[in-house]
Amino acid sequence: MPASGKRKAGTGNREPGTETRGASGNGKRAESDGSRFPVPSSQSASDRASAKLTRDQKLDLYYWMRLTRSLEERLVALYRQTKVVGGLFRSLGQEADAVGSAYALERRDILSPLIRNLGSMLVKGATPLEILRQYMAKGDSPTRGRELNIHFGDTDRGFIGQISPLGDMVPVMAGVTMTFKMRRQDRVGLVYVGDGATSTGAFHEGINLAAVQRLPLVVIVENNGYAYSTPISKQTAARQFVDKAIGYGVPGAQADGNDVLAVYDVTKAAVDRARSGGGVSLIELMTYRRKGHAEHDNQSYVPAGEIDRWAAENDPLDRYRVVMREELGATDEEIAAIDARVIRDIDAATDEAEKSPPPEPLDALIGVYADPPRERPLWFREGTDRAVDANERPEGWGTWSGRTGSV
Amino acid sequence: MAEITYLEALREALVEEMDRDENVFCMGEDIGAYGGAFKVTDGLLSRFGESRVIDTPISEIGIVGAAAGAGHMGMRPVVEMQFIDFIANAYDILTNYVATARYRAFLPCPMVVRGPSGGYVRGGPFHSQNPEAGFIHTPGLKVVYPATAEDAKGLMKSAIRDDDCVLFFEHKYLYRRIKGEMPQGDHTVPIGKARLAREGRDVSIITYAATVWKALEAAEQLEAQDGLSVEVLDLRTLAPLDDDAIFATVRKTNRVLVLHEDTRTGGIAGEITSRINESCFEWLDAPVLRVTAHDIPLPYAPSLEDFVLPQTSDIVRAVRRLAAY
Repeated sequence: MPASGKRKAGTGNREPGTETRGASGNGKRAESDGSRFPVPSSQSASDRASAKLTRDQKLDLYYWMRLTRSLEERLVALYRQTKVVGGLFRSLGQEADAVGSAYALERRDILSPLIRNLGSMLVKGATPLEILRQYMAKGDSPTRGRELNIHFGDTDRGFIGQISPLGDMVPVMAGVTMTFKMRRQDRVGLVYVGDGATSTGAFHEGINLAAVQRLPLVVIVENNGYAYSTPISKQTAARQFVDKAIGYGVPGAQADGNDVLAVYDVTKAAVDRARSGGGVSLIELMTYRRKGHAEHDNQSYVPAGEIDRWAAENDPLDRYRVVMREELGATDEEIAAIDARVIRDIDAATDEAEKSPPPEPLDALIGVYADPPRERPLWFREGTDRAVDANERPEGWGTWSGRTGSV
Repeated sequence: MAEITYLEALREALVEEMDRDENVFCMGEDIGAYGGAFKVTDGLLSRFGESRVIDTPISEIGIVGAAAGAGHMGMRPVVEMQFIDFIANAYDILTNYVATARYRAFLPCPMVVRGPSGGYVRGGPFHSQNPEAGFIHTPGLKVVYPATAEDAKGLMKSAIRDDDCVLFFEHKYLYRRIKGEMPQGDHTVPIGKARLAREGRDVSIITYAATVWKALEAAEQLEAQDGLSVEVLDLRTLAPLDDDAIFATVRKTNRVLVLHEDTRTGGIAGEITSRINESCFEWLDAPVLRVTAHDIPLPYAPSLEDFVLPQTSDIVRAVRRLAAY
């Protein structure tokens, strides 16, 4: 851990730890040079933002983390039944990071999630039914079958969908929060990037613009150790991602991303700063990606034992159940009841989503522009309502006998 | 000799060129230890080491710019865009810097920018694109897009040896579906030369990449059902275009369909049609027709993607219309 010197970015070896308290450890430094913002955490329990959460709210945090994990487990089952179209992306082991940070926002605030922020979206009001329909490319999915996985948003509920090119959402969220500032609205933006996206030009330009404009934006770098197969040692020569805050002239903080209350605390502090006119903050959340980039990735590049150690020693749900029992006095029955509610919710959503039809082919032509609202089919599709004849099998390509060489 | 896949043919070309010339090196995201998102560069790291197979941060501008600089110094970089969709990030440095370097500053950029392209894979709007048209429009860049395993290898070797920047589009649908037997020896395919994929007398289909296979499928169907003899010209190189091959097939069949997976407006079919009008108008017995994707961002759901992209039945329909003139 940076605070204890146990883990350095760049070693490529990631040890699960529970003691990351970078923010509090550097609390004094914040007052002296302004490069850190103060975040009371468990060392000063009563000052913690999370100390003000009610017991129900704290149980709520568990519900969202449990829902995230169980919903992804349901998606894995559907993926294996080939009902998921395209890839499946897991956030196993990162649920606390997503849920704790989104929970620090108000209803009116807007966040932009990443592929491992299913939990953030659920907290912001995305429903399991929407997620399931989206992954199954259904006609009534939030994007009507146009986009994949959790790439969707709803500005009314306060989340804006990402696109695949990484870092692009940082300048977009600069524009969202610029609008809040221009309209003098009491609203804050939160944008997530991974360790990988910090290497992009879009990240740099976006955070720099937001910093110069003193926009009410919180930038969270989720350091989960890997961008696809690339370890952080190949992503940055910086000792830690939070160090990048200094170069942009914004305060930074680092926190244990697998401790949902610590995530809430650090995010709430940055959100409060933004809301009170303090401008941009950069947060590095230390977590670990226990699954591959997507389901197809066998993680051959991960050192032996690393994943198992994180699973055994630093699972965010396991850790929070200890907190629930010891600090909230939650009983096993109470926790089991939440788990059962999650499964009921997912079962109901799955039944509903499976009934949804695929999109109508002609609907592909709707909505490229506001005006005209619909494109015309090209001439060779006149009078047809679908593209592919029943007997046409694109899978058969390449079986044509005369395929090689010139004639 | 055993057949190998389109993907293996690309890898074979990279290995042979890296063996042949120590100035050739590879750079990109997840290409080393992981072997690339599609495993095109699998095994290269263990064979050539970290100094010649470089895993990079997620930085397309950085990767392409560094390739240009290394090219100025006499290296021959081959850089991967993890998906060709992300070449959009490098559009500035490719079009403003790389494409103009030789002309304005006498600086060579002997580099290859390669990546998995194209749809029919349910990849959605950011993993299915065919962005070749924007680069074909930029003087100073060469663009190739092979359809066969033999051409994948031969064009890659030529692209690496070319003294200018070559954008090498690889169709991801063909990676493991198409196989071919590699010619013996140092197999290169010249840049700028089309390939007659099927000989015919009645109608010509001019196309490239994955839709070559759709055209061949349609040609078989038209021969069996209509008795039509359809010629298929595989362009292989999009910049510079092989005008001689295009005009030869027009003069032979007098009826032309231009087919591509890219969207219609501003696609290369419009350019080819103009060249035919300018040079072969008297030879035409019918207007030049286009079958292309609709002008729609590529959607993800199978029913939508199939509707947006050109299908075999569309080609059959278009050829019948041409033949009826």
